[in-house]
Amino acid sequence: MMKSIAAYLFAALVAVIPAATAQVTVNISEGTLKPTPIAIPVFEAEGADRQLATDITSVIQNDLLSTGLFEITPQSAFIQRDLSINTQPRFADWKIIQTDALVVGEVDRVTIEGVEFIRASVRLWDVYGEEVMRLEGQAGRRFTAKPEDWRRIAHKIADTIYARLTGEDPYFDSRIVYVAETGPKDDRTKRLAIMDSDGANVKYLTSGTFTVLTPRFSPSNQQITYMSFENNRPRVYLFDIQSGRQEVLGNFQNMTFAPRFSRDGQSVLLTQAVNGNSDIYLRDLVTQSTRRLTDHPAIDTSPSMSPDGRQIVFNSDRGGSPQLYIMNTDGSPLTCPSGGRDTACRITFGSGRYSTPVWSPRGDLIAFTKQSRGRFSIGVIGTDGEGERVLTESYLDEGPEWSPNGRVITFFRERAPGAGPQLWSVDLTGRNLRQIPTPTQGSDPAWSPLLN
Amino acid sequence: MRRLVLSTASLALILGATACASKPKPSDNSASQVSDNGNANTGPVRESDIETPNRVIDSGPAAGSLEDFRVNVGDRVYFNLDQYRLDADDQAVLQRQAAWLQNYPNVRILVAGNADERGTREYNLALGERRASVVRDYLVNLGVSQSRIDTVSYGKERPIAAESNEAAWAMNRNAFTQIMGGPSS
Repeated sequence: MMKSIAAYLFAALVAVIPAATAQVTVNISEGTLKPTPIAIPVFEAEGADRQLATDITSVIQNDLLSTGLFEITPQSAFIQRDLSINTQPRFADWKIIQTDALVVGEVDRVTIEGVEFIRASVRLWDVYGEEVMRLEGQAGRRFTAKPEDWRRIAHKIADTIYARLTGEDPYFDSRIVYVAETGPKDDRTKRLAIMDSDGANVKYLTSGTFTVLTPRFSPSNQQITYMSFENNRPRVYLFDIQSGRQEVLGNFQNMTFAPRFSRDGQSVLLTQAVNGNSDIYLRDLVTQSTRRLTDHPAIDTSPSMSPDGRQIVFNSDRGGSPQLYIMNTDGSPLTCPSGGRDTACRITFGSGRYSTPVWSPRGDLIAFTKQSRGRFSIGVIGTDGEGERVLTESYLDEGPEWSPNGRVITFFRERAPGAGPQLWSVDLTGRNLRQIPTPTQGSDPAWSPLLN
Repeated sequence: MRRLVLSTASLALILGATACASKPKPSDNSASQVSDNGNANTGPVRESDIETPNRVIDSGPAAGSLEDFRVNVGDRVYFNLDQYRLDADDQAVLQRQAAWLQNYPNVRILVAGNADERGTREYNLALGERRASVVRDYLVNLGVSQSRIDTVSYGKERPIAAESNEAAWAMNRNAFTQIMGGPSS
């Protein structure tokens, strides 16, 4: 399923217009925010490619719209109708309809060594600055791919525009793995499914014969780790995306669950329950060795490693109720926010129960599920236990997972008792709460890294 | 009563009404039907009980059958919120299970630990494992060979009551003893 890097031929457009410092920027961190108006006219194309150009443009618009940071200027408002990627737009025509940024593109085909590819070229204009905005150092960008990968071209273009205007790393050209759920609550079928970040191209990876839970991507994008009840032996599995091969991870004698890759992809954190007691282990995928990380009579589970690999945040009820703790990966004592030294520091002290901690790819925040007063929330907290912010609340909000750039959190929500779970996302600021459409009900969404 | 000893944090959390944390009443459990035979306090229905045809009809399921185990012994014990301790009712059920298993030494069992939907998936898998484990340990202490008992946790993935209310959650916090093979029928 994965396309090799070689299948994509990226080439920058020749710069025809001298670039200057651009002015339009999108401030992503403000609590309240007026979306930036951006015009994205349908890309130019000849003949039969016009539909393709329309479709690509539509995906780009939807990606940018989904961030809540942009407002797409409606086509009916356009004054200039003779845009071309190789000529400067009439800025006055775009200023008068109050558009800050203008995206101009074209779609065509090229045959390379007998193989047909589609190409999309794009240029981004600062309307008020009256200048081209350089994209990764170039005055424009061109993306080339096989025709069936046209959506990925669109996501790449949206990523380029998003990154240029916000200064953030992109995330549209990525995928989400999740558990697709069907059937009645007391006889539920749960299958692994994978889709593009916008919900397109859903594919099912397992048949549903066995219940599967909690899939998570490897940093290499090539593997998924998850838990399966295959043969009534609940174990952590590895799924190889390219070959479709599934294998049990390690040779654990007891139930293993709550898997998550380390940031370098060389190992998997997981939980093993021995005689009813759950502790955290680290399985090295290269040396095939296993190291026990916690040894405590309480439940220790849901481990997640910091981006630098030095620390692990996990869930434990050693204090009487489920709370979040941080430990050093090497097991050495650390200085807790309270000042004392211990092998694990509790970082949550708010009212309620905290679980499913996930360390942000940026390293500064931990996302969690919180239960309080009979409701469930998704929130974030600093690694020092400071600055807790609750972002959502419903009957059941569970299982936060970060977008590759650490700006967006996806999770699953059962909005009311019996309503069944659906996939949702919310911006780190708590704004832009939206459902990710899926063909069936779904849970346990997890984002892939950015694709190549 | 020990069952009501919950942490204040737990109480503040989910419990709105007084009945919330209670497990299903023993009267909800069909195991009490055993008392028709006067066997409730003496262990399982014995094979001798079916020697008289009239009494077979009166006593319901044939001794040693899956139905016998479910109805006359009791195949589930129930837990309070976040708890995995066995109270007197649970112990009575498990004592009947142990005696029954000693009468049918070829039977193997799978003890499945379950949790209600008001917790996160991974934590509930761990909690279900605790519940299955205490039931196994209790049966082993009563003389059932550990080699006859497997355990599994389904976390919150296999509710027996599909509703979303306190009564359903109480039903879904359980350990289920499943006969895996070897019962007479």
